[in-house]
Amino acid sequence: MLELRDIEAGYGAVRVLHGISLSAAAGEVTCIMGRNGAGKSTLMKAIMGLLPLTAGRITLDGVAIEGLAAHQVPRHGIAYVPQGRRLFAELTVAENLGVGLLVRGGDAALRRHVLDLFPRLEERLDQQARTLSGGEQQMLAIGRALCLGPRVLLLDEPAEGLQPSMITLIRDTVLRLKAEGLAVVLVEQRVEAVLEMADQVVFMANGRVAEIAPARGLAPDAPQFRDHVGI
Amino acid sequence: MGFWPIFLLALMEGLVSAAVLAITAAGLSLVFGVMRVVNVAHGAFFMLGAVGAWFVTTYVPGPPALVFLAAMILAPLCVAALAGLADIAVLKRLNYSPDATIVATIGLLYILEQGALSFFGPSARPVPAPFSFRIQLPWFGYSGYKLAVVVAAVVLLAVLWLMINRTKAGLVMRATQSDPEIARAFGINTDKVYAGVFAFGAGLAALAGVLVVPIQQAYYLMGEGPLLMSFIVVIIGGLGSLRGTLVAALFIGLSDGVISMFFSPTLTEILATLLVAFVLIFRPQGLFGRGAA
Repeated sequence: MLELRDIEAGYGAVRVLHGISLSAAAGEVTCIMGRNGAGKSTLMKAIMGLLPLTAGRITLDGVAIEGLAAHQVPRHGIAYVPQGRRLFAELTVAENLGVGLLVRGGDAALRRHVLDLFPRLEERLDQQARTLSGGEQQMLAIGRALCLGPRVLLLDEPAEGLQPSMITLIRDTVLRLKAEGLAVVLVEQRVEAVLEMADQVVFMANGRVAEIAPARGLAPDAPQFRDHVGI
Repeated sequence: MGFWPIFLLALMEGLVSAAVLAITAAGLSLVFGVMRVVNVAHGAFFMLGAVGAWFVTTYVPGPPALVFLAAMILAPLCVAALAGLADIAVLKRLNYSPDATIVATIGLLYILEQGALSFFGPSARPVPAPFSFRIQLPWFGYSGYKLAVVVAAVVLLAVLWLMINRTKAGLVMRATQSDPEIARAFGINTDKVYAGVFAFGAGLAALAGVLVVPIQQAYYLMGEGPLLMSFIVVIIGGLGSLRGTLVAALFIGLSDGVISMFFSPTLTEILATLLVAFVLIFRPQGLFGRGAA
């Protein structure tokens, strides 16, 4: 289980996150929702160690990971799919997956698992990432992260800018990973998608947790969506 | 001797210049490509390689070929270690800021040049070639060592290409070059990558200095010309593009040989600098570089 306790972080002197506490359990999807500028992507970066914490504690299965150098965080089993995908654009599909596999010493079974999950990638192994379609790029971004063999997967708006068939594929993939026992933390703005995938929803506002609600208890027109997301 | 033999001689001289320039510029291009650092101290690392070769060949006893081989290994290693220290002590502390590192490497250039002046002296000092055979063509004889420099450069650059494109270290470097933040999120220690690349780039410059010193003599200011020409090459080829660097080095080197032979070496620098100006105006990313992301 990934647990955040009272974490604070920001950019230089500007503090963006104020005392965030939440937990994400194995085999569950935790959706983070909030308006633009609520701090959702900053939270993802803070968990990955890409932004230094100024306060608070992050543990994964009881092991403290706050204060680790960013390159040490994935070794503890946390993988990150950033907003906008941010693939290594000039590298081929195979090389992007290869970077994901570095931590695991090039685990062939893990690579096979990813290619079984996204067979389209196998057809494009020698193609540069920048030449892929948006949907293929998102498959590669998720596949690259899964090559780390993570226990926790952070996904920052993976459906952004994708066509409906790809959005369905991403949803099915998230549900499959959840069934495989991963803890998935998903930044998502579409209410339908959240209600289909989430076990709990964390609403953020102005860098704070405004409310944490079980997804089962939320209707599509629940006031939380209006109040915290503006939908 | 007629026109064509002189032209052949000019091309051979140009090929030697291109070989040394390609190795030097490859180091500069690698450092900029991965770290986005414009390393003005690169010329000083070139000079230190040559000076190091003089020290090794002067003070280490043994057969000339073996001693020179030792210089080819020891001088680049020592320069690479020095550059690695400079990265940790200076560049890392500046957070690899593009502006600050230019100023810092200018400072490093002066420190290293003045250090060489203090310990090595102001005189140019010769280093004998490890072998002295000549290749006899129908029109003139030509230094076997110079041709060996060309062969060494071809082998070295082929190994460099393989290292960058076919090894795990190369993959790590290219991932860091593409997106250092995301590279960290995939377990890559970018601080180590930066220190390693800066050291490796300096080592390449030093190796070029070692190779050239039997042709040019070691001198504490000898790095300034190669520094300017390396910048010209990487700007024309495209900053960070190894392929562009090699093509531009060949073009500039051969032009240098021909123009120097028939006109004057100064004209080469004038024309090369003009060419850079045109490239910067009409294709700022260089011939093989990609536009800003």
